[in-house]
Amino acid sequence: MTEPAITPELVAKHNLTPEEYAHAKEILGGREPSYTELGIFSVMWSEHCSYKNTKPLLKTFPTKSPKILVGAGEENAGIIDIGDDLAIAFKIESHNHPSAVEPFQGAATGVGGIVRDIFTMGARPIAALNSLRFGELSNPEVRRLFSGVVSGIAHYGNCFGIPTIAGEVYFDKSYEGNPLVNAFCLGVLRHDQIARGAAKGIGNPVFYVGPATGRDGLAGAAFASQDLTDESAQQQRGAVQVGDPFMEKLVCEACLELLATGCVAGIQDMGAAGLTCSTCETAARAGTGIEIELNKVPQRVPNMSSYEIMLSESQERMLIIVKKGHEAEVKRIFDKWDLPWAEVGVVTDTGRMVVRHNGKVVADIPAKKIADESPVYQRASQEPAYLKEVRAFRLEGIADTKSPMDDLKKLLAWPSIASKNWVYRQYDHMVRDNSIVCPGSDAAVLRIKADCVPQCESNPAAAKVPDKFIAMSVDCNGVYVYLDPYEGGKAAMAECCRNLACSGAVPLGATDNLNMANPHKPELFWQMQESVRGLADGCRAFNAPVTGGNCSLYNQNPSGPIDPTPTVAVVGLIEKPEHITTQWFKDEGDAIILLGTPVDTADPILGLGGSAYLQVIHGKKTGSPPRCDLDVAKTLHTSLLGLIHTGDIKSAHDCSDGGLAAALAESCISELIAKDTPRLLGATVDLSEIKDVRLDALLFGETQSRVVISTKAINATKVIERAKLLGVPAVQIGTVGGDKLTIKTSAGEFSAPLTELHDGWWNSIARAMA
Amino acid sequence: MNFAVLQFPGSNCDQDAVHVLRNVLGHTARLVWHKDASLGDADAVIVPGGFSYGDYLRTGAIARFSPVMQAVKQFADKGGLVLGICNGFQILCEANLVPGALVRNKSLQFRCENVFLKSPTADSPFTNRIPAGKLVRVPIAHGEGSYFADAETLGQLQANNQILWQYADATGELTDGANPNGSQLNIAGVCNARRNVAGLMPHPERASEKLLGSDDGLLIFRSMIAWFENQAKAKAA
Repeated sequence: MTEPAITPELVAKHNLTPEEYAHAKEILGGREPSYTELGIFSVMWSEHCSYKNTKPLLKTFPTKSPKILVGAGEENAGIIDIGDDLAIAFKIESHNHPSAVEPFQGAATGVGGIVRDIFTMGARPIAALNSLRFGELSNPEVRRLFSGVVSGIAHYGNCFGIPTIAGEVYFDKSYEGNPLVNAFCLGVLRHDQIARGAAKGIGNPVFYVGPATGRDGLAGAAFASQDLTDESAQQQRGAVQVGDPFMEKLVCEACLELLATGCVAGIQDMGAAGLTCSTCETAARAGTGIEIELNKVPQRVPNMSSYEIMLSESQERMLIIVKKGHEAEVKRIFDKWDLPWAEVGVVTDTGRMVVRHNGKVVADIPAKKIADESPVYQRASQEPAYLKEVRAFRLEGIADTKSPMDDLKKLLAWPSIASKNWVYRQYDHMVRDNSIVCPGSDAAVLRIKADCVPQCESNPAAAKVPDKFIAMSVDCNGVYVYLDPYEGGKAAMAECCRNLACSGAVPLGATDNLNMANPHKPELFWQMQESVRGLADGCRAFNAPVTGGNCSLYNQNPSGPIDPTPTVAVVGLIEKPEHITTQWFKDEGDAIILLGTPVDTADPILGLGGSAYLQVIHGKKTGSPPRCDLDVAKTLHTSLLGLIHTGDIKSAHDCSDGGLAAALAESCISELIAKDTPRLLGATVDLSEIKDVRLDALLFGETQSRVVISTKAINATKVIERAKLLGVPAVQIGTVGGDKLTIKTSAGEFSAPLTELHDGWWNSIARAMA
Repeated sequence: MNFAVLQFPGSNCDQDAVHVLRNVLGHTARLVWHKDASLGDADAVIVPGGFSYGDYLRTGAIARFSPVMQAVKQFADKGGLVLGICNGFQILCEANLVPGALVRNKSLQFRCENVFLKSPTADSPFTNRIPAGKLVRVPIAHGEGSYFADAETLGQLQANNQILWQYADATGELTDGANPNGSQLNIAGVCNARRNVAGLMPHPERASEKLLGSDDGLLIFRSMIAWFENQAKAKAA
């Protein structure tokens, strides 16, 4: 097969600048690359694989703590110690562009990819989360994307057998045509089970395991690293991979079984940039070389070129470096699971990645150079002009709420606030028998038990595993970030940690997914830079270092860029099962207490900037978002945990979108006993002591660092005193009971039956999708 | 009691069943690989949930040909206890060990949520410990759980008390609203005519610990254990 000649046009088509091409030639010792090599440089130096536009920003994240066993950027996922010789591996990753083009497969393979990253580390995947963004549901195309993405995630996770236990979904016009699909996975392992993606041991054989390579997903990584346009979407449909969760389940079980034999020297999944990335990264990490013969790679179709085989992103494939002499173990285990496998190469001492096809060398590149010496750009940055107007926004001219309960109903039925049951009822969120707090509370809580840890033949005594309890949450209010990237970045981290605190957990670490627009535009780069600064400050404040993550740039479509969305997922540990706390009220007669300052009066727009209320009731997406004081937040979280540890707290729910009124309503209506059987428990709330503040700011303002808790009436005074002692404003605002939510204010008393509040909240997404 | 929990490629509730039988109930439970032709010394068989063979072709359609299913047939023919859960129920239907078929949910969507089950009869090895009128709260998690059988089969099921579990609302009524998948007669699970093989779509093994929200599912496993122990006592006497 003759390969095309390398022309400047061909180089440009591969998204390499003339400077990058010159650097590639330099790495090759001055010669021109072959066509296959050009493809390899193109995918390895795409933003998706190289982080060339974001590396300088990512370096500003805190990434260290004594608990971190594998840090950010070292491997396929970070690993954190959770005590008793156990550890968790977790990471979030985006599949935005593929999902825009083919929502079902795009989202499904997003799940597949992140699950693979976790078992590659030697961990058993036990939990999945996702963070999704779409345009507004009134648009039929948005509904098609939403429905396709959700069923794709369900298809992959359900069949694989991983509980999809938490997530978030926002709907905003800025994501129209460019949905965001971020998938998170967490796995468990013992310290001595950590596997490495390194091609160690000169002379060790290199195995390819998993299904055959096809032409699907050709150069998906490169596709994900350019602006999404109608034209690119049409052309690139072939860049979307097709997932097979059944195959992944088998590959996962077989890999964990093989790892348990102790004969694996290194292992890496073939994700973005497939065989290319896995071979050169494993060699680069070990400081070795690797040689493979493409003839031996299982192929789905005849006559595939070396370019196609190296760049294919066919799913569910793994590269495994086996200790010499143990080849038979691979055969035994992969034959048992009826999985294809092939010995395709060998680890060398040359430091080069050498690819042969039918014996002929088609690529010969220094592995470390291409993996580690990708170009790095410090992009120009400039504050966007729109922020002037945002900051100048004041409430004069915005009429205060006249009918708070009607406004509350509208807010609860707003798809971004409404119950996401239409989504999570499609996900198996209980498989593996560990789901303690399922979707529908502030954070998901999962038990870790013995069968969450991969088995180990050599150490059966290690099967004794004490139960552990972890909480997970994923958050980001993109509107806040758009209106003030720094405050928004802090707020995302604060909300995530607040959710964890409400569930009774202390943060261990974070993983972030920067969903941004085109980094070449200085105003858009500025958004990213500032939001990273906010997120990083948040990580430091809450002692939750970043253990890894993902960047997805070029998220924009012809109608404009997306709101900058630095999604963050935080994992926390709950000491004892009795500390696990949920958001809904528990018993009639319990006292309702508000922790935190009711309204931030130092904020000229009283926490209403960027609020759901301004968007839904007044049609305005503007104003500086509520200020997020990290010290105040930290004090709140620590104090709340202290209160939970006393055993007096029966429910805890944070105030976020929709403010205090929405938080109270959700505390009344969000407990679910079974299908169509909610448990509604009313409340009578008295806020009349809080005077001289707009009613809408009091009820719907989104002042940060507030939590609604409930406790037995006789404990109320004790709890309030203790909270104050711990440095948190606390006041009893009401009592649980009845079948209505009644709120007294200095402007009057307002009441609504819970059945009405529940109906819109529970059903609005299903109705929009019907 | 010795439980054999089958493991097909794509089973994913196998460990959950083993966990409950072993760690919650204190019995012996062993995974049996689908290529094994023998069940060993099993006293009862659990065919667990999951996506055996990826649900390709049709749920349970390929798994029924696995070597272990021959052993299960023989075991059932001798009167041994077999319980199929979710995908296990689908496999038992495909293998003709229990009547009927499971088709796509009426909503055309996968559904995972808690439901209430009402047992019309306590006269079976799988329901004898369920108190009369008790609503058992257990989760479902399936995309193809709509029970279907022809009119004649349905008539026989009713005449012989082979319907073991039906979807009910919180007051025990068999309403359309309580039916999560469009099953005929709100059927969630049935047994064979001999009453030793049963299948159900909901997951009792996911509702076997208070920590996870409900331990009602234990009633089903305890029924099997009680029935087996009574049999053993009767044999000994």
